[in-house]
Amino acid sequence: MYDFTYAKPANIADAVKTLAADAEAKALAGGMTFIPVLKQRLNKPSTVVDLSALGLNYIKLEGGKLIVGAMTPHGTVAASPEVKKALPALAELAGNIGDRQVRYRGTIGGSLANNDPSACYPAAVLALGATIKTNTRTIAADDYFQGMFTTALNPDEIITEVHFPLPEKAAYAKFANPASRYAMVGVFVAKFASGVRVAITGAGQNGVFRHAAFEAALSKSFTPDALNGITTPVDEMNADIHGSAPYRAHLVGVMAKRAVAAAG
Amino acid sequence: MVVDGIGASVKRKEDLRFLSGRGNYVDDMNRPGQAYGHFLRSDVPHGKLNKVDISAALKKPGVIAIYTGDDFAAVGGVPCGWQIHSKDGSPMVEPRHPVLAAGKVRHVGDPIALVVAETKQQAKDAAEAIILDIESLPAVANLTAALAPNAALVHDEAKGNICFDWHIGDKAAVEAGFAKAHKIVRLDLTNNRLVPNAMEPRAAIGDYDVSSGEYTLYTTSQNPHVIRLLMGAFVLGIPEHKLRVVAPDVGGGFGSKIFHYAEEAALTWAAAKVKRPIKWTADRTEAFITDAHGRDHISVAELALDAEGHFLALKVDTQANMGAYLSTFAPSVPTYLSATLLAGVYKTAAIYAEVKAVFTNTVPVDAYRGAGRPEATFLLERIVDVAAREMNMDRVEIRKKNFIPKDAFPYQTPIALQYDSGDYLATFDGALKAADYAGFEARRKAAAAKGKLRGIGISTYVEACGIAPSAVAGALGARAGLYEVANIRVHPTGSVTVFTGAHSHGQGHETTFAQLVSEQLGVPHDMIDIVHGDTGKVPFGMGTYGSRSLSVGGSAMVKAMDKIIDKGKKIAAHLMEADVHDIEFKDGKFSVVGTDKAKSFGEIALTAYVPHNYPIEELEPGLEETAFYDPKNFTYPGGCHICEVEIDPDTGVTQVINFTAVDDVGRVINPMIVEGQVQGGVAQGIGQALLEHAIYDESGQLLSGSMMDYTMPRADNIPNIFVGTETTLCTHNPLGSKGVGEVGAIGSPPAVINAVVDALRDYGVRHVDMPATAAKIWSLIDANQPKMAAE
Ligand SMILES: Cc1cc2nc3c(=O)[nH]c(=O)nc-3n(C[C@H](O)[C@H](O)[C@H](O)COP(=O)(O)OP(=O)(O)OC[C@H]3O[C@@H](n4cnc5c(N)ncnc54)[C@H](O)[C@@H]3O)c2cc1C
Repeated sequence: MYDFTYAKPANIADAVKTLAADAEAKALAGGMTFIPVLKQRLNKPSTVVDLSALGLNYIKLEGGKLIVGAMTPHGTVAASPEVKKALPALAELAGNIGDRQVRYRGTIGGSLANNDPSACYPAAVLALGATIKTNTRTIAADDYFQGMFTTALNPDEIITEVHFPLPEKAAYAKFANPASRYAMVGVFVAKFASGVRVAITGAGQNGVFRHAAFEAALSKSFTPDALNGITTPVDEMNADIHGSAPYRAHLVGVMAKRAVAAAG
Repeated sequence: MVVDGIGASVKRKEDLRFLSGRGNYVDDMNRPGQAYGHFLRSDVPHGKLNKVDISAALKKPGVIAIYTGDDFAAVGGVPCGWQIHSKDGSPMVEPRHPVLAAGKVRHVGDPIALVVAETKQQAKDAAEAIILDIESLPAVANLTAALAPNAALVHDEAKGNICFDWHIGDKAAVEAGFAKAHKIVRLDLTNNRLVPNAMEPRAAIGDYDVSSGEYTLYTTSQNPHVIRLLMGAFVLGIPEHKLRVVAPDVGGGFGSKIFHYAEEAALTWAAAKVKRPIKWTADRTEAFITDAHGRDHISVAELALDAEGHFLALKVDTQANMGAYLSTFAPSVPTYLSATLLAGVYKTAAIYAEVKAVFTNTVPVDAYRGAGRPEATFLLERIVDVAAREMNMDRVEIRKKNFIPKDAFPYQTPIALQYDSGDYLATFDGALKAADYAGFEARRKAAAAKGKLRGIGISTYVEACGIAPSAVAGALGARAGLYEVANIRVHPTGSVTVFTGAHSHGQGHETTFAQLVSEQLGVPHDMIDIVHGDTGKVPFGMGTYGSRSLSVGGSAMVKAMDKIIDKGKKIAAHLMEADVHDIEFKDGKFSVVGTDKAKSFGEIALTAYVPHNYPIEELEPGLEETAFYDPKNFTYPGGCHICEVEIDPDTGVTQVINFTAVDDVGRVINPMIVEGQVQGGVAQGIGQALLEHAIYDESGQLLSGSMMDYTMPRADNIPNIFVGTETTLCTHNPLGSKGVGEVGAIGSPPAVINAVVDALRDYGVRHVDMPATAAKIWSLIDANQPKMAAE
């Protein structure tokens, strides 16, 4: 990696100030994505702003919502009794991210800020219609994800919390990329009184997306069979050495059915 | 009585140090005054290297020196250790492999410059300031592209990119067999290219002592003496007495650390120039694009059968990818290590094989666990399964019908090798029983009820290891001898140090070899040390690969210990005033037969070093012996592997449910280590069969160039593996051991694929090439779905 200045601010205002002061300054959360990028010299920040002292590592239930602080590691979410009770699908999702070391370091804020097209959390956030709170505003999930590695965040903006509404039923089904074990296709289904939301990660060319046809069918009947015969457009799918676009389109259907079955 | 000698599952002596982080690997070593090396590498697959401008880089902070291809013009190229001759008698095309790229770059990862700086980061910073003028040329990234008419040439002197066009066997006899065949079965196969991925990446420190003029290379090697020979004699011109090569703890090799690599020569040479030690440790990315890859063969096989299913003749035509340069043993892999194994465990009367070795703009390809034998076994065991199906015969019956019977040994195959011993029916029946082959149909039905496609696959194999004797290896093209060396030093108080030319990088030699010594000399384990991996300590040796350490290296130890015992008897006879012929050595004691007079091993050792009462006229003091052991033949482990899989037809995912390996590895010294070796090999075989694939795109970029894209097998891909043994002894070495290092990786891939094809039998699938990834299986299922529905 290249040399950089390291800062560990004690509050959000200082963190934002440090980030705003320099266009080349960058935030560091768990470092699971950022540190390898630095090691490979693919990024040359002037200052690395460590967010770990901002007090953003917490989980709470408030006003019928599950609130997760941006610096909460995946392992903490997975093990949390509150999450397991209020939103078990989220605990399950977090518990299947990466390996033990990654879950110990990687954070929900880092995952959402990065918006890797194969990451798991974006599917949950979008399907649950969560809101992302930053140091300046609140962003609805539907407005937040804007394509691979692209989000509504401004350069100096820091994610502070994620607010999850609690569904009646929800589940995440992940078909792991055989090498990286990220999601090659991940489907999160969430059933609310108002209807069903379905978000797909890993498969699409533009990152996480909602599946309108699945949502319509499942809102009528929340059963795996309700998805019979509904296809996913192949030309919107990703293709790489691990799977063709038709394979991914097919897996979207298979994983969606498995998610619905798991949600019960 | 020796309790922890031959046959005991002694816990590995080395594990305490490995598991508690006290191993001493090259990257753990630091020399006083050490500088750091970094290699600037080509990211262009094929290009004309017009200019390497280092002027700005030299001015960067901390830079000590920068070397480029021009600096190495006067030294030798990286040599190849095996020469093959083509059908027409001409020697293989052997282009110069420069230490650093000269004139051209030929693959992504080809080293262009060595930057030496005070720190690793400074070396990297300076490398970024080197200005390269590379004119990109069309690249040939795979066998098909390289063999196409008018393909770009990797080396101008290798016309059509052909390195050699070799053959073996009796073509006329094969044609006669085909002429009278009832059926000819043809199969096109690809043996997928693999990245070895040892856990420890390669590393090296070049060191030069200005006062003595001695060079030392610390390197991650499976065979330090071979590196000393190749680098000293062929590349740098340093005589052996001035060059020491140390290969300390090494974190896995699987073949990839046999070879002499350019970085070793560059660092050793540069250390003398800058008069400081220079350390380099590859990162994982460098490992992917510079460690020699494995496999990468395309073959067409044809098997002729009579009406009863006897194998009459086998014809094989193989293209083997050599990569951009010839790595140390590359030419031997598709030829003498593969084609000669095409008889397998069968009585096939006539065999003919042709091999074209081809240059491409990819990382060099060389031996990888099994080296040639997995390729031969995959081909044979696949075509036997296809033949059974197309002859409407049972897969078990067709194999039994063609096995070489146990009373036929020694058995001369029609393709050069003479198998000394084996009992293929014993391992076969043992595996069928252990795997409950008879009960499979019930398990298939139970799986079908859950919506899963269950399949079972069998592979029966023989392999050849411990390549020997040296004279034969030489006649086949080896440029080195293939014996092994042991020096046994008995210390005055009776403890023992064994200096072996074999090298342990995961095999557990410190334990197994100590068991040999304990058994033969009656000395307890804590009095025995095994020293390996240092040309400054070990007299000589050829190292560890080809499952040779025990059968060749262990045999050398036995020979050296025989000499120790002979000398001990003479000393004992003198001390006890008996005739030497009346002295017997047993359980660590020299005794006079028929009396209660005895001397312990320790007493004899002490007498040898304190020769007050000693036959000094006839016998030198001291108790230390060396043996060079050159085997009479290869050894031939064999066996049967059975794999059971379940395929999820919705996703194409294959899960290995059961794996059974019953092998004949000759005499087993440590059953626990044998089990571990087989399990590790099978895990790699499952990796090759289902997951691993080094994929280059058309332009020559490695797409699966990191752990994010190259699928290594993980714990959840591997079932519990049943390991059994059925033993016949090697007839020509003193231990009767055959070797176990590679059997797992050799026997398993066709067992897995045969199971996959069996699972897909209702889908009209005849063959699946490796790796049988979920995506590939799903597309086969998908393509054949309509036909299923129509049926
Ligand atoms: C081996 C491995 C396997 C993995 N497997 C999976 C998987 O299966 N599924 C999955 O979903 N993910 C997976 N990941 C990703 C991992 O879980 C993390 O979510 C991811 O690396 C980012 O989180 P982080 O906390 O490490 O962020 P960092 O790497 O520290 O930061 C990532 C980016 O986000 C920015 N950032 C971080 N926090 C904030 C914030 N609060 N506000 C604004 N910007 C911020 C940083 O500036 C940086 O650009 C894997 C990672 C590895 C290394």
